[in-house]
Amino acid sequence: MNITRRQLLILLPAAAIAWEHILAGTPEASPNYNMTGHWWGMLMDITKCIGCGSCARACQLENHVPDGYYRTWVERYHVTDWALEYPKVDSPEGGKNGFPAAVEAGGKNFFVPKMCNQCADSPCTQVCPVGATFVSPDGVVLVDQKYCLGCRYCVQACPYGCRFINPQTKTANKCTLCYHRITKGLTTACSEVCPTGTRQLADLKNPNDPIHEFLKTHSVQVLKPHLATRSKCFYYGLDGSVR
Amino acid sequence: MYPNEVELQWSVLIVLYPFLTGLVAGAFILASLERVFRVEAVKPTYRLALLTALAFLIVAPLPLQLHLGHPERSYEMYLTPHGSSAMAMFGFVYLWYLLAVLVLEIWLDYRRDIVVMSQSTTGWKRLVYRALTLGSSNISDRSLQIDERAGWLITVIGIPSAFLLHGYVGFIFGSVKANPWWSSPLMPVVFLFSAMVSGIAIVMLLYMLMCWIRREAIDMRCVDAVAKYLFYTFIIDFSLEMLDLIHRIYEADESFRSLDFMVHTKLYLSQVVIQILLGTVVPIGLLALTQVLKLAERQRKQIYVLAGCLTMIGIFAMRWNVVIGGQLFSKSFLGYTTYKMGFVAREGLLTAIVLTILPFVILWMLVKLLPPWPDRHSVAISAAASAD
Repeated sequence: MNITRRQLLILLPAAAIAWEHILAGTPEASPNYNMTGHWWGMLMDITKCIGCGSCARACQLENHVPDGYYRTWVERYHVTDWALEYPKVDSPEGGKNGFPAAVEAGGKNFFVPKMCNQCADSPCTQVCPVGATFVSPDGVVLVDQKYCLGCRYCVQACPYGCRFINPQTKTANKCTLCYHRITKGLTTACSEVCPTGTRQLADLKNPNDPIHEFLKTHSVQVLKPHLATRSKCFYYGLDGSVR
Repeated sequence: MYPNEVELQWSVLIVLYPFLTGLVAGAFILASLERVFRVEAVKPTYRLALLTALAFLIVAPLPLQLHLGHPERSYEMYLTPHGSSAMAMFGFVYLWYLLAVLVLEIWLDYRRDIVVMSQSTTGWKRLVYRALTLGSSNISDRSLQIDERAGWLITVIGIPSAFLLHGYVGFIFGSVKANPWWSSPLMPVVFLFSAMVSGIAIVMLLYMLMCWIRREAIDMRCVDAVAKYLFYTFIIDFSLEMLDLIHRIYEADESFRSLDFMVHTKLYLSQVVIQILLGTVVPIGLLALTQVLKLAERQRKQIYVLAGCLTMIGIFAMRWNVVIGGQLFSKSFLGYTTYKMGFVAREGLLTAIVLTILPFVILWMLVKLLPPWPDRHSVAISAAASAD
C-alpha cells in the first residue's frame, strides 16, 4: 500500500488519538488472571461489625492512604425510637482507632462500614471528562493515576463520599477493592483483617462463591437505592436510618 | 459528614468560572439584539458588548486551569474526551464559541476599520493591523456587504451557541444527581437567564463608564433600552429562581431539612441578604421605578448605576451560593462543613481578584486596538461634509 506524505500527516494524529483511547482503559495487568471471568462486589454483614476499625487501619497501610483521607471507614449510628430519620452519627478518624464508649442513652447503637460501592452504573465514571475513571471488565471502578486531571468532578458526583483527591498525587483516589490483591487470588486487605467476617469479598460470576447462597437466603440492601447506581456493595442488616 | 467531605473540592475559582462565562453569554446576547433583532436603540453598545464578551471569554478557562490538580494534562479533554461527561464538552463548546462565533464576528465587523487602520497607522501598530487583516484588504462595497451578511449569519448561529455555552455550564451542576442542591433540570435555564442579566448589566455599566471617561454624553435612549431589557430578563430570572425555591419548600424531600438549615445559617448572608434581597429584589425594584415613574435623566443614570452594581454583586452571590453552598452540607444530610478561603494561595482570594480584574485589562487593550465607537476625527469630517 502506498501512502503519500499528505495521507501520513492525516493518519498520524488519528493513530495517536486511537492509541490514547486504548491506553486510557487498560487496568493493571496481572498474568494468569482472566478479567472477564469475574464480577466483583462486597458483602457487608453489619450485624457482625464491632467497630474495631481494623479494616480502616489495614486499608491505610495496604494502600498508603494519607492521614485525613479514607478509602474505607466505619460509622457509628445512634437511633432513637422517636427520631428514626434523624440519627446521630460519629466516625472519629474514620473509626480507625475504634470508638469511645457511647454516651447517648436510649435507642440503639450500631456500626456501618463504608467504602466504594463499586457501582455498575457509577456516577463518578459517567462524569470523568477524560475517562481516567472507568469500570474494569471485572466490575471494579478504577482510576488511572497517570491520566486523571484532578478536576474533582468525580468527587462531587459520588453520592457516597468515597472519593478524595490525594494531596501527594493531586489525582482522584478511592477504594480499588485491592485490585492488586484480588487479581492474584487474594482477598481485600479489609476483609482479610476483619475479625468478625463482616466484610466478605464476593465474585458474582463465580458459581461457587458463597455470596450466591447468602443472597438467596437473606434480605440485603444497597445504600441510596433511589439513585440507581447498581451498587455492588450489599448490606445485610441495614437499618433504614443509614445514609 | 462522610469523612472525605470535610474538605471542599471546588473553590472560589469555580465560583468565578460560571460568573465569567455568564458575562460572556449575556453580553453576546445583548449584542445580538442589535444585529439580528434590529433593536436600533442599543446600537451604541453593540461593539462594546462583543469586545466585553471576548475579554471575559479569554479569561474564563484560567480559573479552571488553576484549579486542576494536573493542568498539564488538560489537553487530554480534546484528545480523549469522555462522551458521557458533561465537563468533557467544555473544551469544544469553548473553542467553538471563541473561534467560530466571537472572534469571527468581531473580525468581520471590524474588518473595514482594520484595513483602514493598517493603511493609516505607522510603526508597530501598522504591523499589528496588517496582521489582523489576514491578508485581505478588499473593502469594496460588495465585500463589505458580504461581511455584513456573514456577520448576521454568525450572530444567528451565535445566539444558540451562547445559550449552549452557559446552559451547558448550568448542566454541569444540574446533572449531579448525588447533590440535591444542584440536581435540577431548572439549573441550566436559571444559569442562562442569570447570565443574560449579568451580561446586560456589565455592558450597561461599561458603556456608561466609557462615556464618562471619554467625557461624552450618554445616549439615554440606548441606556434606557438596555435597562428595560435588564428589567424584563431579571424578572424572568427571579421567577425561575423562586419557582425552584418554592418547589423545594413545597416538595420538602429528604434533603430539605438539611438544605433549609443551611440557608438559615451558613448561607443566610450570601443567599437571603445579598443574593435575594440586595442583589435581586432591590435592583428589580429600582429598575421598576424607572419604568413606572417619569424620572429625570440624572436620576435614571444614578438608578442604573446602582441597580447595575447590585445586580453584579447579586449574580456573583448566586454563583457563590450554588458552587460553595452545594458543598457545605453532607450528602448524608447529617452534618455541615465550612469553606476556608486562603488569601495568597493558588486558589485563594488574591488569585480570584486578579482573575476578576484581568478581563477588564484585556478589554482596555481591546478597546485601544479596536475602538468600539466611531473615531471623533472622522465623525467630525463626515459631519462637516454632510453639512456642506
